[in-house]
Amino acid sequence: METIYQLLHVTFANVPAWTVQVAAFLIPIAFIFGVYPAIFALTTLVERKALGRIQNRYGPNRVGIFGVLQPLADGLKILLKEDIVPRVADKFTHFLAPVLIVVPGLLVYLVVPVAPGMVAVDLKIGVLFALAVGTMSAIALFMAGWASRNKFSLLGAVRAVAQVVSYEVPTVMAGVAVIMAAGTLSTLTIVQRQGGGILNISNWYVFRPWGLVGFVLFVIGGLAESARCPFDLPEAESELIGGYHTEYSGFKFALFQMGEYLAGMAMAGVTVTLFLGGYMGPGSGPGLVGSLIAMLWFFSKLAGMIMLNIWIRGTWPRLRVDQLMGFAWKVLLPLALVNIVAVGFWHFLTPRPLAWVVTTGWLVIWFLVLTKCNASAILEKREYRYV
Amino acid sequence: MNYPGKGLVEGLAVTARNFVGSYFYKDRLTTVQYPEERIQTPENSRTFPFLVFDESPDKPRCTACKICEVECPPKCIYIVMDRDDKGKPLQRPKAFDIDISVCMQCQICVEVCPFESIKMDNDYEKSKYGRFNDLVQRLPDLLKSNDYYRQIKPVKAAEVDAKLKAEAEAKAAKKAAAVAAAAAKAAATPPAGSAT
Repeated sequence: METIYQLLHVTFANVPAWTVQVAAFLIPIAFIFGVYPAIFALTTLVERKALGRIQNRYGPNRVGIFGVLQPLADGLKILLKEDIVPRVADKFTHFLAPVLIVVPGLLVYLVVPVAPGMVAVDLKIGVLFALAVGTMSAIALFMAGWASRNKFSLLGAVRAVAQVVSYEVPTVMAGVAVIMAAGTLSTLTIVQRQGGGILNISNWYVFRPWGLVGFVLFVIGGLAESARCPFDLPEAESELIGGYHTEYSGFKFALFQMGEYLAGMAMAGVTVTLFLGGYMGPGSGPGLVGSLIAMLWFFSKLAGMIMLNIWIRGTWPRLRVDQLMGFAWKVLLPLALVNIVAVGFWHFLTPRPLAWVVTTGWLVIWFLVLTKCNASAILEKREYRYV
Repeated sequence: MNYPGKGLVEGLAVTARNFVGSYFYKDRLTTVQYPEERIQTPENSRTFPFLVFDESPDKPRCTACKICEVECPPKCIYIVMDRDDKGKPLQRPKAFDIDISVCMQCQICVEVCPFESIKMDNDYEKSKYGRFNDLVQRLPDLLKSNDYYRQIKPVKAAEVDAKLKAEAEAKAAKKAAAVAAAAAKAAATPPAGSAT
């Protein structure tokens, strides 16, 4: 806020101060409400196209050129659908859940910087805020499942809560590594720490041994928290009909979709901020041109993360519930804890090459130990045939 | 080489290959975008019967013999033979209706037809808005040229053409033989007048 305020204050020096203040409030709000839902609409189309290509099909290509108007058609269709509320449902909670689920997704964008100084609120506890608010969706999911009075909804909601709570732990632990390395919780400062180096790229945290591990952990955790494939157990269509949104139709259903996608994109945005250098890249810096290039870098990285999510969704099968929990508590959490120690090594070992060797060795050894310990959970290759 | 997560990485490689490959190799995309693109129907595919004519639609091969009408299991064929003013049969149908909502596409009419006149079509776009009269195919709808038949079923049409040609030649030969025999007979036997 401060930086946008300062920018406006300097640019429009002769307008009343309160106007600048109001504008500094409204611009980030308009940005978040305008840009991210637009990206959500685009993502639904790109996802369907990309999934189609992954399966050697054309995706939607009927509405407009190359199907670009498909999101519009989808939105219109879903608006015209009847809104059905079950007779025995808890009406108020049933209504409130889809409203609440969009909120955390949008709130996270407050602390995601898109360009130098361009962050809605530069909170001193930015990372904590993002992770805490991101998990709030579990409450809305459980409200939806409970209020529907449907066993499939409730099962989906129970799964959602269990999953989000479990995966929150390794995700936060992976984030702690970054917080330790950067020495701050402010997202803007974390991004600034990743600048410099060769072409503004070499200092991204993902190019550190602990950063790479943290990145993988964070992506997995992010997928699980936003209930995306392969962690889409809460809404597993083949098992639970639709999970927590079984009893929702029309625009409320659309809100669930939107909340889910916004949360997924928010997690992608936080991942970009923490590990991929945020808006840092060749050419990004202060000034108008630098800011625009920085914004381009941020949104390209965001698009890359979204594409990675789609790629994973098109490839990997869904986990079983016990595999899901075992994976979180027996593999991800120990690895995240080990990773924190690795950041300690990185920080205190002075010659950089030595730090590289020790950190990498430490992580590789622990990775091998963990895979060895969990060998019984790794499935053997089996051939199914009658003898 | 075996490593943890090998299957996951290999899966990602497969989908990436599909994703990129589908933009560069058209044969990867098996979708036929129907109203714009169609597949040539196979020779043996069949939908509903139609009537073949040789030169013009007013000279169908059909002689209105009504064998198909009798043999049709669901009785979907209705034929009226054309007659001239004196009531003499003209050996062609005046009315030939097939109700395709009743037809079960069994091809029995084709098998019993002695004149190679009724054949199975492969036109599958027969849906109509009306429920009753629209689905009754009248004589003008049913008549299609032999060229059309050759086009949709080349192999069978060639067989039928060869058979009809052979029959026509045999008939012509027989006729010629009969004419020759008559001429010979006429030559052998002296005129009646000269005998007496």
